[in-house]
Amino acid sequence: MTEMPKHSVALDAKIPEGPLADKWTHHKNSIRLVNPANKRLIDVIVVGTGLAGSSAAASLAEMGYNVKAFCFQDSPRRAHSIAAQGGINAAKNYQNDGDSVYRLFYDTIKGGDYRSREANVYRLAEVSANIIDQCVSQGVPFARDYGGLLDNRSFGGVQVSRTFYAKGQTGQQLLLGAYSALSRQISKGKVTMYNRHELMDVVTVDGKARGIIARNLVTGEVERHGAHAVVLCSGGYGNVFYLSTNAMGSNVSAAWKAHKKGAFMANPSYTQIHPTCIPVSGHYQSKLTLMSESLRNDGRIWVPKEQADVDALRNGSMRPTDIPEDRRDYYLERRYPAFGNLVPRDVASRAAKERCDAGFGVNEAGEAVFLDYASAIERYGKTEANVQGIQAPSAEKIRELGEAVVRAKYGNLFQMYEQITADNPYKTPMRIYPAVHYTMGGLWVDYNLQTTIPGLYACGEANFSDHGANRLGASALMQGLADGYFVLPYTIGDYLADDIRTGAISTDAPEFAAAEQAVRDRIAGLLGNNGKTPVDDFHRRLGRIMWNECGMSRNEKGLTQAIADIQDLRAEFEKEVCVPGRPDRFNPELDKAGRVSDLMELGELMCKDALERKESCGGHFREEYQTPEGEALRDDKGHAHVSAWAHTGVPAEATHHKEELTFENVELKTRSYK
Amino acid sequence: MDFTLKIWRQEGPQEEGRMETYPVTGITHDMSFLEMMDVLNDQLIRDGQDPVAFDHDCREGICGMCSMFINGEAHGPNRKTTTCQLHMRSFKDGETIYIEPWRAAAFPVVKDLAVDRSAFDRIIQSGGYVSVNSSGNPLDANAIPVPKDDADEAFNAATCIGCGACVATCKNASAMLFVSAKVSQFALLPQGQPERMSRVQRMVDQMDKEGFGNCTNTGACEVECPKGISLDNIARMNRDYLKSQVTGE
Repeated sequence: MTEMPKHSVALDAKIPEGPLADKWTHHKNSIRLVNPANKRLIDVIVVGTGLAGSSAAASLAEMGYNVKAFCFQDSPRRAHSIAAQGGINAAKNYQNDGDSVYRLFYDTIKGGDYRSREANVYRLAEVSANIIDQCVSQGVPFARDYGGLLDNRSFGGVQVSRTFYAKGQTGQQLLLGAYSALSRQISKGKVTMYNRHELMDVVTVDGKARGIIARNLVTGEVERHGAHAVVLCSGGYGNVFYLSTNAMGSNVSAAWKAHKKGAFMANPSYTQIHPTCIPVSGHYQSKLTLMSESLRNDGRIWVPKEQADVDALRNGSMRPTDIPEDRRDYYLERRYPAFGNLVPRDVASRAAKERCDAGFGVNEAGEAVFLDYASAIERYGKTEANVQGIQAPSAEKIRELGEAVVRAKYGNLFQMYEQITADNPYKTPMRIYPAVHYTMGGLWVDYNLQTTIPGLYACGEANFSDHGANRLGASALMQGLADGYFVLPYTIGDYLADDIRTGAISTDAPEFAAAEQAVRDRIAGLLGNNGKTPVDDFHRRLGRIMWNECGMSRNEKGLTQAIADIQDLRAEFEKEVCVPGRPDRFNPELDKAGRVSDLMELGELMCKDALERKESCGGHFREEYQTPEGEALRDDKGHAHVSAWAHTGVPAEATHHKEELTFENVELKTRSYK
Repeated sequence: MDFTLKIWRQEGPQEEGRMETYPVTGITHDMSFLEMMDVLNDQLIRDGQDPVAFDHDCREGICGMCSMFINGEAHGPNRKTTTCQLHMRSFKDGETIYIEPWRAAAFPVVKDLAVDRSAFDRIIQSGGYVSVNSSGNPLDANAIPVPKDDADEAFNAATCIGCGACVATCKNASAMLFVSAKVSQFALLPQGQPERMSRVQRMVDQMDKEGFGNCTNTGACEVECPKGISLDNIARMNRDYLKSQVTGE
């Protein structure tokens, strides 16, 4: 285990010298390379096969490294990047609306509420255009206009159209592109793929990451895998809230095991609560479904102005369409006239919560607002009638034409909504409510994407690096692919250049044996426990604590209580959890038990992090720190830093380290979308 | 709502399977089918029994991991719907529901309702890609214009989620719909042209090697496909395959 400093150390992000716009080029030209013959002598493990993992594994293999890739799903194509809907940003300026690398950089820094690292964000904006080129050359079928060129749409928090998309399935198409690149390398034997395998621990030898312990989820076998470097692309940890838009299997275990081995966890409390999800319907609900943010392009969000109308909606005596315009409160347009329905996600979510807390929620639980397409349908219908040369079209004709346009743009999303709710969103406004969607926090990495453990890298949602305290829409896909295709493959060479004479990493080292034994002991402990309570029960209770106290708004009292409650829950889990089945069989309950156990520890650290950050910024809203109008109140003097936590045994007693954030290229301002 | 569930239980690929009967109670209309299965498993665990293993992940109809044969239909009674998006309001209170795994020689059972679909991965590995490396300086994306109709049709083919419902539905356990969707996506795009003929050959050969059956044009796969992948793709693949044989490319 890496030596843990007990006192706070200043973290060095290894940001290259020079002007912002030249840093990445200069860095690429000055870091060490590994020659092609030597790359064949080097093994790299990639954990996770989402956008970051698939693209990293494929690119590393193309360059010549020997790659072992792992995913817990039955195929690498199923990683949760597949579910991303809306699109991917890139500073192409195809729409000639004044977009540029600087503007994408600036929007991302501002959107992140000035809590991200300038150099990383600039690099992200810089490589963004290249991602689109790369994906198109792979045959990713992006949406096109009638001239055959690529189409764009707008997203929240920006005033240009820079989002590339493939209907509401952009993540699917990009992931399948990366999966095909990965498949090509598997067929060449440059990547060995391990499906249905879970990372159980990271193995460090002499302070360096030298492999992993993995479990074959079909046979239960515990395996040792050695490598010269390990890359974690294991995604985010929104499932700590139990209900989220994440997949059921999404988990923090890979990152958490790394954290326990010495990798610092950065800003774990920065959580993105997405404003447009389908509201919770019942106790046994297992997940929440996102309705793409792209819907805010054309949809208008409102609640009734009057309590009487709210009551009538709830008892079913009135339909939403019965409420006249002058009794509707389009609260985002009212509060933020400049950005209206396209304010960033954190702002939109808090505004929905504010209205619902004030008693204007439109479903029985009082936790829903309307997303209304009536005016978009009318607007599109009128345009279409003009295009088709229809004189004096009837209201029905306009509706029909408008619905067709909306169907072409958002058809699959509307269909999904109808499948889940049995309501027709073309005829009645959708009900939506915020839900946990993405975690900006993650493993601390330097400019090279290396964690505090030498040889251990983190890419995509698993790291903390680019989104600050709030991620803008369509930027997750951009970051995952930027890290995997264009950043890590270069930066990792600088580290691996020292390993060309090392030879294969032996898994006979005592460090491997000890890690394997600990994994076996944990599995035996879980299966041998004589408890009576299923894992899901603990997961649900953890989720409730996190949502209530570490969700959309947080305060000192609640967070302190939450830490105590999670500690009690963890103790109860060890005594009471019931994990059925055998260790040497396909046993999903056992897999889940390990993941939930890690999520509970992480939840405790998230509360600790939220408690320490005595300001409001982005997705982190502390009730004690707000303006009289209820907007977030940042503290740039005291908190313009990244909080990076070192594990010491008990999550709530983690040691706090800081990376001071310096802004040389943008002026720190109060974020305003008015 | 209450249901009687008849579920296929099978310890592992080598063991024999059997149908078992389980009652479930207290199910609500707005639960998804998989949430109903969660309720059953919660009950089984509390009673000290072995929960039913099934594959699932995103629960929003896109990852392609869920895979149940429900009352004799892949993904259950609704069209263009995956099992995770199927809701209990589609069933009658008191109904008996039969739940089985995908059945195909190329998809061996892992346990209960979970099957091994890695044959699909191997088919993609045989040629389901455009051979380009990631590179710092490819062509600008707009240097390759694609007519909108072609792009849209390629997209429609590319929406296949690789769940395997087509195979499970087909009386021949044919994978033609899955394979043809990928072949079509690239056949319709300029980027896919250089390898068009070799791709279709390699993918079809791999499909045969995996033990999938042949297509006899019953069209069941198209009906049961949760993403509505069209049979036209199979026709396109057959044309390309034939052409590749004739031209010997």
